[in-house]
Amino acid sequence: MREQLRLLKEKAENELKQCQLLDDLNEIRVKYMGKKGELTRILRGMGQLAAEERPVMGQLANEIRDSLESRLGQLTEKIKGKELERRLLAESIDITLPGIRPEMGRQHPLSLVIEEIEEIFMGMGFTIEEGPEIELDHYNFEALNIPKDHPARDMQDSFYLTPEVLLRTHTSPVQARTMEKTHPHVPVKIIVPGKVYRRDDDATHSPMFHQVEGLVIDHQIRFSDLKGILLSFARQMFGADQKIRLRPSFFPFTEPSAEVDISCVICKGAGCRTCGQTGWLEILGAGMVHPRVLEMGGYNPEEVTGLAFGMGVERVAMLKYGIDDLRMLFENDMRFLRQF
Amino acid sequence: MLVSWKWLNELVALQKTPEELAELMTMSGVAVEGITYPEIELKNLKVGLIAEITDHPQADKLVICQLDVGEGEKKVIVTGARNVREGQKVPVALPGAVLTGGKKIESAELRGILSEGMLCSANELGLDVDKIPAEQKDGIYLFPAEVAIGTDVVQVLKLDDLILELELTPNRADCLGMWNVAREVAALTGGEIHLPEINSSEEGGLCADLTKVEIANQELCSRYVARIIKDIKIAPSPLWLQQRLIAAGVRPINNVVDVTNYVMMEMGQPLHAFDYDLLQENRIVVRRAEEGEELVTLDGQLRKLNPEMLVIADAAKPVAIAGVMGGLETEVTEQTKTILLEAAAFNGPSIRRTSHALGLRSEASLRFEKTLEVEQVRLAADRTVQLLTQIGAGVAVEGCIDCYPLQQQQQQREKQAISLRIKRVNQILGTTISAFTMEMILKALQITFLEKNRDGWLLLPPSYRRDLESEIDLIEEIARLYDYERIPTTLPEGVTTQGMRTTEQKLRYQLRKRMVGQGLVEVINYSFINRAQLDFLGIPDGAPLRDTVVIKNPLSEEQGVMRTSLLPGLLDTVKRNINKHNKNLKFFELGKVYFAEGFPEQSKLPVEKWALGVVATGKREKSWAYGAEEYDFFYLKGVVENLLTGLGYTENEYTFAAVRDLPGLHPGRTASIQIKGKEVGVLGEVHPLVLEKYGIDQRITMVNLEVEKLATEKIMKKGLVVPITKFPAVARDLAIIVPEEVKTADVTALIKEQGNEWLKEVRLFDLYRGQQIKENSKSLAFSLTWQAPDKTLTDEEVNVLHQKIEAALQGKIGAGLRR
Repeated sequence: MREQLRLLKEKAENELKQCQLLDDLNEIRVKYMGKKGELTRILRGMGQLAAEERPVMGQLANEIRDSLESRLGQLTEKIKGKELERRLLAESIDITLPGIRPEMGRQHPLSLVIEEIEEIFMGMGFTIEEGPEIELDHYNFEALNIPKDHPARDMQDSFYLTPEVLLRTHTSPVQARTMEKTHPHVPVKIIVPGKVYRRDDDATHSPMFHQVEGLVIDHQIRFSDLKGILLSFARQMFGADQKIRLRPSFFPFTEPSAEVDISCVICKGAGCRTCGQTGWLEILGAGMVHPRVLEMGGYNPEEVTGLAFGMGVERVAMLKYGIDDLRMLFENDMRFLRQF
Repeated sequence: MLVSWKWLNELVALQKTPEELAELMTMSGVAVEGITYPEIELKNLKVGLIAEITDHPQADKLVICQLDVGEGEKKVIVTGARNVREGQKVPVALPGAVLTGGKKIESAELRGILSEGMLCSANELGLDVDKIPAEQKDGIYLFPAEVAIGTDVVQVLKLDDLILELELTPNRADCLGMWNVAREVAALTGGEIHLPEINSSEEGGLCADLTKVEIANQELCSRYVARIIKDIKIAPSPLWLQQRLIAAGVRPINNVVDVTNYVMMEMGQPLHAFDYDLLQENRIVVRRAEEGEELVTLDGQLRKLNPEMLVIADAAKPVAIAGVMGGLETEVTEQTKTILLEAAAFNGPSIRRTSHALGLRSEASLRFEKTLEVEQVRLAADRTVQLLTQIGAGVAVEGCIDCYPLQQQQQQREKQAISLRIKRVNQILGTTISAFTMEMILKALQITFLEKNRDGWLLLPPSYRRDLESEIDLIEEIARLYDYERIPTTLPEGVTTQGMRTTEQKLRYQLRKRMVGQGLVEVINYSFINRAQLDFLGIPDGAPLRDTVVIKNPLSEEQGVMRTSLLPGLLDTVKRNINKHNKNLKFFELGKVYFAEGFPEQSKLPVEKWALGVVATGKREKSWAYGAEEYDFFYLKGVVENLLTGLGYTENEYTFAAVRDLPGLHPGRTASIQIKGKEVGVLGEVHPLVLEKYGIDQRITMVNLEVEKLATEKIMKKGLVVPITKFPAVARDLAIIVPEEVKTADVTALIKEQGNEWLKEVRLFDLYRGQQIKENSKSLAFSLTWQAPDKTLTDEEVNVLHQKIEAALQGKIGAGLRR
């Protein structure tokens, strides 16, 4: 019997060496250790042995069984590993195929810029006011200290609907409307984004364009505050290293008035074609609200002062995105819009 | 305003380079827009006298000139110019000379004769032929006799001058005259100023015997000064005068006209010279034009006048449009013997209206419309007479007429003192400028101190600074001369405020984000459209979309009316893109539309409403991974459903109802978008006839949503969250066959009505038409989801409900069941 067991072990181990598949392993397990397996059969024959031999043979048979079991276990793991490897290899994909992209929308560059400006000023405590685009001459001009036949009206050639009603030429009438409805309360701290219209159509002028206006009225608003607000805006909009420069200018509704330049976004102030070699780009007009405008708005200029500023959105967008042709902004060409 | 550097230097002592001055002026409010430098360095050009002209032996078209250029021996120069005569003084380019365009001159043989240089035309000297006297345009440039032989042409013609171009703001009309520019420069630099002295005239005198002036309208003309010059000899002006006019951009014409223009350039005061003998009764009446009067102006145009316009008339008829342009008939000509010189002050707005009404702008009207300094009118007249006499253009008649009816009131107005509070200056500017510094600045500006107190001053600005009327004007003066750059940078100190959008603004913000989020592209079109586009859309007369706001003075009919719909602009955009071979498009625009609604008769302003417009056309092209997806009705319907869901509306709140009769839209493919039964917009395919008119040959679907009708409270607060139940859902399919005309929405509604609160979702997952079912019918397959909040539903429970629904479908709409 001992000899029988030895042969069986040898045979089984040889067969295991040949195994490649999990099925083969199972077959061997059944062949030797199944209910009708060879080892099982031998063990059943134990009863015929002499009593003193039984424990010895039993131990031997168990050792063989354990060894086979453990060998089977090892091989099972090994073959499973190989099979998984094979399957994963077969499942490989060409990861360079293009992705399945949900379609992407685009926001118009002007609305992007307006939104950005709004957010910068909201961060500084400004609320957003709006007003009609079709406006009374009174709010568009007269309440802003631009009487009829004032030469300053030449600065803004207008589209008229009736002698008293026009397409607003700037967002400033909303200043007048806001003062009228808010006075005598302060602070007023608003920006006014919107469409404006002037009777001009050439390479650098569009009959419709966009402005953002700003107005602050409070006790003790100073020209120096105007500088601070605009510097903060310029840095958030164009970069932390931005500088601004104020040059004296004239607007009927502000005094003192200023044209405001930012350091050129292209050459950083060194001088280039965009800035005409000056290193500066004119970007907005600003000033202290004219006492007469405050008065017409219902405020006492001895008690409160104000600052105001206004910028062209197209200009900001063109600088920000390096657009060199104003018309691109209104042609709505997909090849252009796709880039935002 | 063009400022000659050389001229400016004669008026004010300057220690600065042109570039430094330009920077200083720009940074203090009188901006220098540019500096024009001489084109190239001209050299070796001399004034030569043509001593003798002989024919060229070998060439008919050439002549040989002997020129005296002050170097002893005469120079021989061959020329083909036709206008040369013996005794003329001409510019001679000697060997080694360089002309405009870099042309180098050397001795050269011309048909056998050695030419020692070249005679030059105005053009070759770099003169702008549009600015020089007409007779100098062609041929060799000719100098007047008084120019010395051998002088450097560059010096004589000031060809090395440079020009500062000022960009003046409307308040600084004073700088439309060189003297005031010099005053401004002097204030900025501290340089000393030298203005010519003027020989002033006495009022009355012989002049008063020769003419009369009557101002019939004192409101429009506050002062009129007339002087008379006799023995007029019309001739070209002396070179120095011509050069200054040319530098200022004014073309020399003759001595009389040039002097009036010169004084305008000096003092900013326009003047006019009439031919005295051609004035009826030799007198002047300043009055409004009468209805029907006409005048041929100096430019040869016949102008129709009306009583809104102020004219200068003689005893019979208008001879000039006041402040705008003189009449041709009384123009100064070669025949003129005596002139009447006008210097006047007119009402600015009136001049501006007249000039606009006539479409006629002149150097004079440009200045008059700003309302000039009244005090200098007489001075300007005297200065003109002085110059005319000085250059020998005529002999001054003694005395003058100075018609100044409201002199006292006027002078009082001009002498209005302004009080300035020192503290106020620093309050407004946020500075700590000392009283001393302020005083220095004000004095540099020639502002007179009438009274001085501890807290402030009583000040009188110089008469030429009419823009300085109130305290704030003086504060600005201090700020700009102190230098804006030196003003500190601070932030407002008041109470903190909360920056935010209003509810309406948030709604629009959301709409835009949700459209972009769904893959649409935002566009911005003009707010005006061509009225014809409403015809293209087939909008009937009287329809609300026809209630347009019309622009009185549009740039073109294309932009003639304000849009009542976003669709025309969107269709234009689609068309433009298709033309550029972009055929797959989906655009949206969020903008205003405008309706007259009784304007202008019944309301002060038209009505403006926000709208969201969408168009989609073409398809999403198939890829390796998925098939093509049409941008059609159902695509946009899905977009709208997502949009409304995103805004917080539930499926039970919005519906789509078929509409057949909307102009411009396909009758079988259009739906009214309704929220709780109220229309908020339209979804539909653009009518094929409309597309034909636009020349578009692909289907387009559009959406219009009226933004104001979308409830804003929705974006503030969505509905409360529904708890998620832990009991499982049961899904059952239901397939039915119904006649083609049965609407899917009706079937869904019936299913929902028959189901109880456990029916959570009814989803159509298949739509079939074809051979396996009857003709004119369709198969609809739904997936129904059942779920109870408090228990697991049994099959029996669901079966009962399901059978009830099937029975209803069979009974009420004749549906056949598919199993």
